[in-house]
Amino acid sequence: MADSGPPIWQVMQSKGYSRREFMHFCSFAAAAAGIHASGLLSVVHAFEKKPRPPVIWLHFQECTCCSESFIRSSHPIVADVLLDTLSLDYTETLQAAAGHQAEKCLQDTIKNYPGQYILLVEGSVPTKDGGVYCMIGGRTAEDILQEAAKSAASVIAWGSCASNGCIQSASPNPTSATPIHKLLSRTVINVPGCPPIADVMTGVVTHLLVFGRAPELDSQGRPREFYSRRVHDTCYRRPYYDAGLFVESWDDESARKGYCLYKMGCRGPVTYNACGVTKWNNGVSYPIQSGHGCIGCSENGFWDNGPFYQHLASFPGFGIESTADTIGTALGLTALGGVALHAITTNIRKRKVIQELKDDSLSPEKTAEGGDN
Amino acid sequence: MASAQPIPYQRVYVWEFPVRLYHWVNAVCVVALGVTGYLIGNPLAISYSSEAYQQYWFGWVRFIHFVTAFVFFFNFLVRIYWGFVGNDFARWTNFIPFKRAQYREMVEVLKVDVLQTKIRGLISLGHNALAGLIYFLSFLVFLFQAITGFALYSSMSDSFFPRLFAWIVPLMGGDNPVRQWHHVFMWFFVVFVIVHVYLVFYHDYVEGRGTTSSMVGGYKFEREDEYKS
Ligand code: HEM
Ligand code: SF4
Repeated sequence: MADSGPPIWQVMQSKGYSRREFMHFCSFAAAAAGIHASGLLSVVHAFEKKPRPPVIWLHFQECTCCSESFIRSSHPIVADVLLDTLSLDYTETLQAAAGHQAEKCLQDTIKNYPGQYILLVEGSVPTKDGGVYCMIGGRTAEDILQEAAKSAASVIAWGSCASNGCIQSASPNPTSATPIHKLLSRTVINVPGCPPIADVMTGVVTHLLVFGRAPELDSQGRPREFYSRRVHDTCYRRPYYDAGLFVESWDDESARKGYCLYKMGCRGPVTYNACGVTKWNNGVSYPIQSGHGCIGCSENGFWDNGPFYQHLASFPGFGIESTADTIGTALGLTALGGVALHAITTNIRKRKVIQELKDDSLSPEKTAEGGDN
Repeated sequence: MASAQPIPYQRVYVWEFPVRLYHWVNAVCVVALGVTGYLIGNPLAISYSSEAYQQYWFGWVRFIHFVTAFVFFFNFLVRIYWGFVGNDFARWTNFIPFKRAQYREMVEVLKVDVLQTKIRGLISLGHNALAGLIYFLSFLVFLFQAITGFALYSSMSDSFFPRLFAWIVPLMGGDNPVRQWHHVFMWFFVVFVIVHVYLVFYHDYVEGRGTTSSMVGGYKFEREDEYKS
């Protein structure tokens, strides 16, 4: 078994970074991973002493937006160091090697570092028709995944594709695109989003590097530090929501004033992500701040919950425009019409019964006569 | 013309106080939940001249929905309890057709009241078998609304009770589907209220047994010659 490489501090030194920059990096990494200031020392220790783990980054049915997001991590040192010093032994998009050479890198890492390497998976795995819809080097995605996952130290599912299937698995899911946690019998850290936020990705990796184990996960395998609150809970437009001030159309005065996008179909209230806090592109903005509602890209099956610009999804089988309210109104009116008709028929068909009721009753004259009531 | 002999009627105490209380608390809750729920799904466009800090109407609508939701749910639990300790008319066995007789009555109710292919027929004084079954199905919808509602609420609350329902969310595939189904079933209540209120009036009209007022005072009236206790 080969050594998995020098610690990150050593690598940084060899690249000419100063101790000060190293400390800088450590504190950013700690912050990104949601580690408390008092825990900074453990981060420093980890990066000074722990050998850097080799990393395998697999790409299946995906668009590479996760990779694109990752390399835009907000602090340049974090991105630089993580990319440089994580030894990315295999990643189709960034590696120099190609063809058999590349596949050999993969095999070598799996063989030489069992139980040590981190497996990052981007993309879903098609299982239909023997998995022919995604093959690399003549092998199916599932085959490669199973082999690589077997002796990985930890497995991370990057993005919605790998964590919940994303657009490939949208109805009717022609290739049976499957999120990887459904194929593996071990813990998978799901980092959903299309793409996930760069700083969330580095945060999760940092956590693994520092503590050597997965961060605390929720019932859907997502790290709690980033996915326990809804976008809506940290949205700066929330006061407008509570006040009932909504954008009614894209070009109205309310849109100009920055009111809440709820009525424009914003999925913030049903989406768990850190966008409102961490934001994107070095904290510049996030979709709602740019005037567009959240589309819920980190949620299960978000493509099938559309259209994105209306509050309710369209009702299956009744065309794009009809929502539950269209159908419901029709049902309500039918019920009203139905009972009105029934009332009319009652008066016709039950004429006799109703008349009898009247006949059997005491009339004013009878009460006067009988006097018994 | 009026018959010579007055027909003697028996007064029967059908709905005990807890049943009546449950009924009206439930009615108020369902209306309040339906109206506020509809507003949550389709907020009105009002008061756009004021600033956000000057108003909180949408917050209040949601607040009323949530408070009413708790009342609705616990009231419902009380009714279920009463189904085990209440009188014969309130018993849970009225709601689930176990016996052949209940099926026979369902067919009878269909013929006499709904299709009116048969003009005359006697149906039970409490819930008739068909109504009982429909109430049972609506109890299931109550439960569904409460479960999906508290599941949605679990993400807005750290308190113990709603957190009990948090596991529903991944089971149903996320908050969005939960919200969608919670919204869809609001329409069940709309249709239910229309049909239910109509049928009460209808029965009162063609039977003259005091159906409408029975849910206030508790009594129904039955011809002595037809009363079988
Ligand atoms: C008669 C029963 C009920 C009806 C008719 C009803 C109806 C509705 C409707 C139509 C919505 C709007 C959904 C949307 O966003 O489109 C809603 C939202 C909601 N309801 Fe109910 N509901 C009922 C009972 C409950 C119960 C028992 C709870 C339990 C806490 C509950 C909690 C909620 C929550 C948390 C929301 C989401 C509010 C938000 O988005 O802020 N509901 N309800
Ligand atoms: S814009 Fe969206 S996330 Fe923000 S408050 Fe409105 S509904 Fe919530």
